[in-house]
Amino acid sequence: MSAEAHAPLVDPGAGRGLAELVGKRYLLLLLVRKELRVRYWGSSIGLLWSYVKPAVQFLVFYFALGVFLKLNEAIENYPIYLFSGVVLVNFFSEAFGNATRSIVVNAPLVKKIYLPRELFPVASVIVAVIHFVPQLVVLLVAVTVTGWRPQLADVGYAILGFGVVAAFALGLGLLLSAANVFFRDVENLVDLSLLVVTWASPVLYPWTAVRDVLGEGLLLTLYLSNPVTVGVNLFHLAFWVPGLQGQTDLPPLQGPLLLALALVVLVLVAGQTLFSRSAGRFAQEL
Amino acid sequence: MEAVVVEAVSKQFSLRHTHSLKEKFVWLVKGRDVSSSFTALDAVSLRISQGESVGLLGLNGSGKSTLLKLMSGVMRPDSGQVRVRGRVAGLIEVGAGLHPDLTGRENVYLNGSILGMTRDEIEQRFDDIVAFSEIERFIDTEVKFYSSGMFLRLAFSVAVHTHPDVFLVDEILSVGDEPFQQKCFARIQQLREENRTLVIVSHDLPLVERFCSRGLVLEQGRVVCDASAGEAVRWFRRG
Repeated sequence: MSAEAHAPLVDPGAGRGLAELVGKRYLLLLLVRKELRVRYWGSSIGLLWSYVKPAVQFLVFYFALGVFLKLNEAIENYPIYLFSGVVLVNFFSEAFGNATRSIVVNAPLVKKIYLPRELFPVASVIVAVIHFVPQLVVLLVAVTVTGWRPQLADVGYAILGFGVVAAFALGLGLLLSAANVFFRDVENLVDLSLLVVTWASPVLYPWTAVRDVLGEGLLLTLYLSNPVTVGVNLFHLAFWVPGLQGQTDLPPLQGPLLLALALVVLVLVAGQTLFSRSAGRFAQEL
Repeated sequence: MEAVVVEAVSKQFSLRHTHSLKEKFVWLVKGRDVSSSFTALDAVSLRISQGESVGLLGLNGSGKSTLLKLMSGVMRPDSGQVRVRGRVAGLIEVGAGLHPDLTGRENVYLNGSILGMTRDEIEQRFDDIVAFSEIERFIDTEVKFYSSGMFLRLAFSVAVHTHPDVFLVDEILSVGDEPFQQKCFARIQQLREENRTLVIVSHDLPLVERFCSRGLVLEQGRVVCDASAGEAVRWFRRG
């Protein structure tokens, strides 16, 4: 007779939400590894793809916008401006997009066995973090070569920016991965929204271009308070601003940051709530 | 002491006929029903004591598998409550909890971990698990290339090696070949002797009579007979 026979009677499918994952770290690690394996199954260069894609993307943007549209001249150190935003938006897109699909693609597990369902979107976000790391390394090398010597504050900005975007992606991922089980349109809508994300933040162009059109009103505040925009602006502060020689017009930070944090908390709470409410029906809907 | 307590559990499935927003919208406009419901379990209550082995009998669609899925936590009841004591392992249909894109080896770790084993426990028992399943040659092959028999071998082997307190088996032993079936039966017998709790769904009536101390017959989501396995089987045969 095993020791567990004296365990209390428990409700077998009752999850405790994200908090439960703390005790399931090994399982989470296995799921992350599984996701990486499945992604690169039969691929000869494997994880190297996570370098190739941003490199190509960077070159396209650099030549199209920097050279042909002359943003190189309008924005000092444009390649760094561009790359520091692109890596963060890439991270967000991957985390959010894959988290949205995570329950549906893991149907073989979800349908047959109980494990806390939050593991899947969380594993997707962790995989995106793993893909983000090499890009960050490239960025760090690039800024260091161009004379970037990080201050404590810069590191703080980077961590804060990354944290805001990661939490936002996780909250949205929880919300929409649950919705995607019931309506598969959701993943297409998410893909569509990801197309907009790169352009809805000052990644490719300066934020002042938006201010000049929208003026200093509510619309600009909304634009700046998008958590991804806040993250991008923080990344600019961390990696691009320290290397500037001339003056630049920086976007307001505090107000948008507080609004974005409030939104992120709201999305996380809503995501977790709706996720746990519908998780009991995943198995029968898939 | 009870190992499984099911109290007034009901489960309905809404059969949704639409799986996209567009379809749903079109159907709503046309006034067609977007869903209809089907009662799989209707206020079922039962208590299973520790060490009991219970066979669930019933025709297709009578709610047996749903009841098992509720006990394993894969599904949740609409109303009522299911509670289970200790570690639960379930073989719900073939391939329970194996991921097709992973190798057998990776699946042993993943499945073992899902069933509550720690990393050390899995590493300790890994060789036994593989040896029991007799698929050493294929352990590093992706599970999607396995035959259903190999699937079963691996899933069963992992499940029994978790030393579950409650072991749920849904009609899967039929895919194994004769020698492996015998091995599974011996293992199930051993679990019984260790005073573990078994719940078996099967259409194989002699098997239920042989392994179960108690039989439950389900009909349209209700328990219509709760007796010794022998009596339940006779009841079921009479129809």
